[in-house]
Amino acid sequence: MKMKQFFLGVVALSVLPVVAIQVEAAQPPLKEVKAAKGHVSTANTFNRLLKKPMAKNLPPAEDGIHDADNDNTHVLQPPKIAYDGLPTTPFGNYVDWVKALDTNLLQPRYDRFDPTIEPLVMDLDIVREVKSTVPDVVFPHKPHTQWLHCSNCHPKIFIPQRKANVMNMSGILLGQQCGVCHGKVAFPVTTQSCTKCHSKPKPADWKPPQSETSLKDPWR
Amino acid sequence: MYKSALIGLLSMLAAMALPQAAQAEYADVVMNNYSDAAGMRPVVFPHWYHRIRFRCKVCHADLGFKFKAGGNKITMAKIIDGQFCGACHNGEISWSVENCGMCHSGIAGTPTQIHGSTVQRLVAPTYKKLGK
Repeated sequence: MKMKQFFLGVVALSVLPVVAIQVEAAQPPLKEVKAAKGHVSTANTFNRLLKKPMAKNLPPAEDGIHDADNDNTHVLQPPKIAYDGLPTTPFGNYVDWVKALDTNLLQPRYDRFDPTIEPLVMDLDIVREVKSTVPDVVFPHKPHTQWLHCSNCHPKIFIPQRKANVMNMSGILLGQQCGVCHGKVAFPVTTQSCTKCHSKPKPADWKPPQSETSLKDPWR
Repeated sequence: MYKSALIGLLSMLAAMALPQAAQAEYADVVMNNYSDAAGMRPVVFPHWYHRIRFRCKVCHADLGFKFKAGGNKITMAKIIDGQFCGACHNGEISWSVENCGMCHSGIAGTPTQIHGSTVQRLVAPTYKKLGK
């Protein structure tokens, strides 16, 4: 018994200085510690809005709309497979359809039968001045005519005439004008997609129009 | 004390395990004008699948599909007649109509809708439901 304790003590004594040296050597210089502060482990982040992890592009059987008991549901192609290699966006299908078309990653037919027919593309940008402080809207005809035909929008949804179309964001959110497609099939109206349309900054000397009430009685 | 904490934890877990709202692909159209009443599953139309192969113009200009979910009043009679879906799903351009379950694949009772639309995500309803 005593022999064992003595032996342990000797071992401990002989190990101690080695450990001490190792600790000194292991202490990194202060600068490195400061740099490491930015990397917080993902386990310690605070999910303060209690958001659930977002599931993107689920296969049909798991998406909550298709019936998993239907045999053919499992035959349908899962979107993730189809989207492989396509450019991404943070909204909608999480696919940048226009970019995919521009880079020839997709070559959808313009005609039902003939794959060689080319679309009637018109490259004309329409600038719409916006009353409020957000940047002005630039409407590019090019990507729209690559997908659609003139008759899809003109003259029923948009009158092809300057200043003939009155529109606002409330109407668009409710599915009018641009909202006929944007917010349903084409990229949706989210806080991340504002600048896709509102893309032209106001001129440097631009000032927001003042409300009539405050102009009449500024000291109220 | 411990008991109430345990109950709270259990109820939280239960809420997480409950089935969540549909997470279908953006722009998937569910059409249930007549399906439920006819004892068929509602139709799910995947926009994403079709736009990879055809431009919007093909269906919305050439075939006359309106920009409105359920607004075309499509019936099997019209499809067999070569209208709407039947313009391609005829065994020539794409597979034919005898593959019922490929389209009629929705969960019974799902209302006509365009999934993930802005109107669907608005906090307050934007329309009054039609009366009985």
